[in-house]
Amino acid sequence: MIKYAEFKNHQREIFHFQLRLLVSIGFVLLLSAILLMRLIYLQAIRHSHYQTLAESNRISIAPLVPNRGLIVDRNGIILARNYSGYTLEINQNKTTDVDATVNALAELIKITPKDRRRFKKMRAESHGFETLMIRNRLSDEEIARFAALQYRFPAVEIKARLFRDYPLGEKAAHLIGYIGRINENDETKLEENGLAANYRGSDYIGKTGLEQSYESDLHGITGIEEIEVDAGGRAVRVLSNSPPVSGNTLVLSVDAKLQEIAEQSFGDYRGALVAIDPNNGEVLAFVSKPGYDPNPFIDGIDTQSWNELNNSPGVPLNNRALRGQYPPGSTLKPFLALAGLYFKQRSPSDTINDPGYFMLPRWSRRYRDWKQGGHGSVDMFKAIQVSCDVYFYGLATELGIDNMFNYLSLYGFGKKTGIDLEGESSGLLPSKEWKMKRHKDIWYPGDTVSAGIGQGYNLVTPVQLALATATLANDGVAYKPHLVKEVRSSLGEVKRLIASEPIDDLKIDAIHLDLVKRAMVAVTQPGGTAVYASLGAPYRIAGKTGTAQVISMKQDEKYDAETVAERHRDHAWFIAFAPAEEPKIAVVVLAENGGHGGSTAAPIARKVLDYYLLGKIPKPMVKPKKIVEIEHD
Amino acid sequence: MTRRQFWRHITVHVDRQLMLGISLLLMTSLLMLYSADNASWDRPLRQMFNIAIAISCMWLIANLPLHFLKRTAVPVYLLGMVLLIGVAFFGEISHGARRWLDLGVVSIQPSELMKIGVPMMMAWYFEKHEATLTLKNYFIASLLLFIPIGLILRQPDLGTSLLILASGFYVLFLAGLSWRVMAVMFILALASAPVMWSVLHEYQRHRIMMLFDPSQDALGNGYHTIQATIAVGSGGLFGKGYLHGTQAHLDFLPERTTDFIFAVFSEEFGLLGCTVLLAMYAFVLWRGFSITANASTYFTRLMAGSITLTFATYTFVNMGMVSGILPVVGVPLPLISYGGTSMLTLLLGFGILMSIETHKKLVRT
Repeated sequence: MIKYAEFKNHQREIFHFQLRLLVSIGFVLLLSAILLMRLIYLQAIRHSHYQTLAESNRISIAPLVPNRGLIVDRNGIILARNYSGYTLEINQNKTTDVDATVNALAELIKITPKDRRRFKKMRAESHGFETLMIRNRLSDEEIARFAALQYRFPAVEIKARLFRDYPLGEKAAHLIGYIGRINENDETKLEENGLAANYRGSDYIGKTGLEQSYESDLHGITGIEEIEVDAGGRAVRVLSNSPPVSGNTLVLSVDAKLQEIAEQSFGDYRGALVAIDPNNGEVLAFVSKPGYDPNPFIDGIDTQSWNELNNSPGVPLNNRALRGQYPPGSTLKPFLALAGLYFKQRSPSDTINDPGYFMLPRWSRRYRDWKQGGHGSVDMFKAIQVSCDVYFYGLATELGIDNMFNYLSLYGFGKKTGIDLEGESSGLLPSKEWKMKRHKDIWYPGDTVSAGIGQGYNLVTPVQLALATATLANDGVAYKPHLVKEVRSSLGEVKRLIASEPIDDLKIDAIHLDLVKRAMVAVTQPGGTAVYASLGAPYRIAGKTGTAQVISMKQDEKYDAETVAERHRDHAWFIAFAPAEEPKIAVVVLAENGGHGGSTAAPIARKVLDYYLLGKIPKPMVKPKKIVEIEHD
Repeated sequence: MTRRQFWRHITVHVDRQLMLGISLLLMTSLLMLYSADNASWDRPLRQMFNIAIAISCMWLIANLPLHFLKRTAVPVYLLGMVLLIGVAFFGEISHGARRWLDLGVVSIQPSELMKIGVPMMMAWYFEKHEATLTLKNYFIASLLLFIPIGLILRQPDLGTSLLILASGFYVLFLAGLSWRVMAVMFILALASAPVMWSVLHEYQRHRIMMLFDPSQDALGNGYHTIQATIAVGSGGLFGKGYLHGTQAHLDFLPERTTDFIFAVFSEEFGLLGCTVLLAMYAFVLWRGFSITANASTYFTRLMAGSITLTFATYTFVNMGMVSGILPVVGVPLPLISYGGTSMLTLLLGFGILMSIETHKKLVRT
């Protein structure tokens, strides 16, 4: 019975299989018919059309490289442009001895050792098809001299090219970035993103800064030219062309004059400054000092110059505003005060007694206040005004690291701000989980104490702190910082606005805000830690100083700026916004090894505020003399 | 043993008709490579070497008894999976994709192995559950198909994934996956298309759009399609004559020894030549289908059917791409395009077909 059923099944199964096979064969026949019809269409019906095409197929398709978009500041000052110039280029395939050609050329036209080094580097990287530039920016006289003797150099040609130029040189270099020759890495990336076709014929691509992050806007669309060629491949006439579309213009929110003043205000200090309009997230100035001249990078900087830049002790290539990570120090205190109020750990009127140090119950370590002997009786207002460490040691301990982590991350600490530049660092907002993962260790109460004054594991980038300050200035409504205000077509029509929709509203209690803001104004008033900041200012400045320790002090050891090597001196912070009642600008200044925030960082911020709010151009910088000894932290 | 006996002895497992069809196509390959390489012996000679290796492997497989073939299904599949996972972690990156695995001595592309491994595994699975096939079995078989495809898609290698998908689908289809299920899946795929589209990146969409409108990318893949269509069309009824294709010899045709060799053929031999070429393929396919129809076990039926249909798919996809009815996906013309790996994979498949045919005969007599 069972056997019979199986047998039946088998027969049926074969029948079904044969049926399916027939369907498959039908499918294959259908495909063949489609193919055959297509071939008949191409080869019989449309034959004469394609015949003509093939006969006249002396068409060579050449890419037309678009002009790269401009970069201008908010007032139209040009930060990156193109100019046309003549270059001398060598076609490697047409000569057997490239070096001999270069030497012969050098007798005719000035070729510097730098030119030679750059040429050597390009040669090493090239695939052998393209012509390689040996000299750029030829003068008329040089062109004439070469043209007269061109017959001696079959492998050398003069080419007209568009060059990128950064007229401001070192100014704003970190935010504009630079373009450079497309290398193998770039090619792979373009290939992966399906952009290779649009870059046929392009030699350059944005490497850093806005040139990199807005590459797709700046590059433009490559055009196509169909050229009829003769048997030797030389162009006879142009048959059709679809013109290239020039890259879009970037209109920055940055004010070039403000940027210049900010950069000058640093004097010899290394550091960073970020100024933001808190009402919309527009970045007004974005400084990283020292800067560098981006122009030599365009055609491949020679190795020697690059090493000089890279090994320079000031590390000018490092974008400190974007990538520099520093302990926030006391600039974190206003935010911690808000956390204390939010979690109701402290009321504004709660006072503590500051004997000059803080101790955890059952621990012997003394956490010292920056002021020997302490500040005496301190409430929240005074704690911010005089930057009382002991108050915040206690507040942090009461809050606990979890609450601190949760609250501070609202302001963007420990996260990338999402500013329109690539390679941003995310800083570090420590938590128990983080410490366990990173250090395989539990969180100690002492860690919380240090975190209370922005030391310990905390790290922020200047742009991060600027976002937090702007958010505070704007009553908790946060905007993503952006350097580009709008993207325009090369003809000037606005193509897109970089969004200035708020990204978050922290809904900070108005009473809490009022207290912290008033205390921050008091910071810049007599009795505060940054009196210079507002000396003689016709508007009110809310600010906070900070000091980021570079070397750690043993407990009770006294830090003495005079005896510590310059490299190990503390970093100075100053965060501010003004006018305090209705902030139009928020600014963050970091002066590396600047010592005290009040005396080095605050005056820099003041110059930026004065220019932005009053249009006042600062006099050549004079280092302020010490007035009062309250200057600390 | 006389020479005659010896010859018979070593060719007993080589199917005469299939071998005839394959040989005709391979000769065409050498002929076309000589032309496409601008009358140079370089490519044809190297292709001969590829063919020699592939034919030897085919002969070896053809001589393996069926039960042995069936027993290799699981190990081959598992090996392929291990290698694919190895590629995902340790593969060499070239041209932005991670496809090759460097084993010290040789670099291999495990996705090629899976072109045979996947249908074989699925056929093995179906035979194991032959008596009691339910929807669940089809589902598990689909998993056997989609896991390696997922890995290959990640490399990323869209072309190979689609071809393996086709070969696996043929097994499902021949194993009797119900029409209703297929209809539902088809509708689901259609319905999910807009969703997929919306999650794609801008550049990925652009890339897909370019596949359908070559003029958008006249400097890239579009250029290939435009020039290939001109080559095919200008061939006319009788072609421009061997070695006289202008498109090919004036350098307008790209990749003319590999993916676009059919354009060279059409240009030089015209519609007449194309019809003859199609007839050669049809002959091979006809033989493949008749082997499938006469196969003795469930496993061999599914295997033979899938191999034959996949061969048909390769041919159609390549010719369709060259003649401009399908997007450019980078599939070589089977048995004719230059290349050792695809030659080996194809002839291994034919070796399996021969084994299926000849061992069945031996069993019967």
